Amino acid sequence: MSASPAHTLPPEGDSGRLRPPTDFRSKRMRLNSARRYAVNHLVTGLALLSMVLVIAPLVAILVYLIYKGASSLNLAFFTHVPAPVGEPGGGMANAILGSGIVLALASLMGIPVGIAAGVYLAEFGRGKMLAMAVRFTADVLNGVPSIVMGIAIYSLIVMQQKHFSAFAGGVALAIMMVPTITRTTEEMLATVPHAIREAALGLGVPKWRTVLSVSLKTASPGIITGCMLAFARVAGETAPLLFTAFGNQFWSYRLTEPIAALPLQIYVYAISPYDEWHRLAWAGSLVLIVMIMVAVTLVRIYAGRGVLKGAS
Amino acid sequence: MGVGIDVEHLNAWYGTTHTLQDINVNLPANHATALIGPSGCGKSTFVRCLNRMHETNPIARATGVVKMGDLDIYKDAEPVEIRRRIGMVFQRPNPFPTMSIYDNVASGLKLNGFRNKAVLDETVERSLKAAALWEEVKDDLKKKSGASLSGGQQQRMCIARALAVDPEVLLMDEPASALDPVSTSKIEDLIFQLKSQYTIVIVTHNMQQAARVAENTGFFLNGKMVEFDATHKIFTNPKDKRTEDYITGRFG
Repeated sequence: MSASPAHTLPPEGDSGRLRPPTDFRSKRMRLNSARRYAVNHLVTGLALLSMVLVIAPLVAILVYLIYKGASSLNLAFFTHVPAPVGEPGGGMANAILGSGIVLALASLMGIPVGIAAGVYLAEFGRGKMLAMAVRFTADVLNGVPSIVMGIAIYSLIVMQQKHFSAFAGGVALAIMMVPTITRTTEEMLATVPHAIREAALGLGVPKWRTVLSVSLKTASPGIITGCMLAFARVAGETAPLLFTAFGNQFWSYRLTEPIAALPLQIYVYAISPYDEWHRLAWAGSLVLIVMIMVAVTLVRIYAGRGVLKGAS
Repeated sequence: MGVGIDVEHLNAWYGTTHTLQDINVNLPANHATALIGPSGCGKSTFVRCLNRMHETNPIARATGVVKMGDLDIYKDAEPVEIRRRIGMVFQRPNPFPTMSIYDNVASGLKLNGFRNKAVLDETVERSLKAAALWEEVKDDLKKKSGASLSGGQQQRMCIARALAVDPEVLLMDEPASALDPVSTSKIEDLIFQLKSQYTIVIVTHNMQQAARVAENTGFFLNGKMVEFDATHKIFTNPKDKRTEDYITGRFG
């Protein structure tokens, strides 16, 4: 930077004049501002780079799945059950339906329990021993390997009932959903300003109603995100289903019977020695990812409806 | 119609801190009472004891007798019922961010299970008119979030929300301290009109405000009510040396 006349230092000897504490015309300040300018650009660049690093894997996976799997997608894939080895064609219709059933079951059980536990932690359990125990349990549960969850449900439900079932698979996935939902719910409720709760209490609204209609409602976008994260995570789980839902090569709707699921089917097909099955496994993976993305997007659109102008 | 409040030997604690010490005072019906005093002197705790909001803090407790008319609010009533009859306006506007302007004002009724639409419509309009906000928002009632209004409008909406449940007493904890002078004067005009129908208790740091809106003024210091008298007496001829020092700006 060249020193223009406006930037020259004031003449010596006018120290009696009032001056700002920092002399903005000094050479040092000019150097500083050049440095700040550079640092600003550097950090902005780093942030952009991180964003690319985050998005790149997702895009790469999607592109690769489309490349490998899209060619095997046809109507039969969505309407037929798997064909016997050696026979061409066949699809994963039963696995798509099975995944839908097991995930619906898991969400039905896991989401209410998870949210209820989170509400307890945030609204009723502050500073209580029980709350600390629940929080600790949730964190440990979050770290339990999914195969262990499968074995646990196997001995608790499958061994008792003497058969594999969609229900057992749903329970295994539900338990895996709970800790994520609980902790997100707690954290999101903690961000709801205390003043809003006081506003409701001050109107003579009972505490339970305040929690339900004010705290939970205000925190709902974050809680929904938590539920979607938990859902997306268990949607692709294979290990907990191996010993519970077990898989099925045929149509099955009953909760008491073994049921097919996309991750299971992908697993079976991917480790098989047949090229045709490999191609179907790729197609299945693509369908699984698209299903998760569609589900997440639908919930986002639905949950975003009815938001008012200017609502924060 | 407003109803008076009698306070006898009121003591309050936060944990082990004795925030209010033996308060005895009579707040007359259909008058505005101002509470002044330096920060942390117990004014807010005092008004929060009047509608039992104090006890929503798990470490807080209070003893003594607070009577609203003949009703002993600590003995004969549920806190929820008391808070419906004694409305509160807080220091910072606290609209429900997920609700429209209409739903914000109707919230006290709706959240308590009241569903009659015609009555709700009428109550919302009446409350917003009473809070001098109707003309500014009547076209956006259900379109805009309560949080989208300006600070002064939000605070008037919060007053409308408190009025909608038809309380007999209105507690205002520094209702104008976060607002600009124009909004402040609107709120003061409002208090002036409202006191014909409600008993008003207003906490304020602004002594001119106390002088403008309130017939009676109480001076708090270190958890005690040092002096309570007609406002003009407090400001022109205080009995207590500490009151005089405070209002003349010698401390606080």
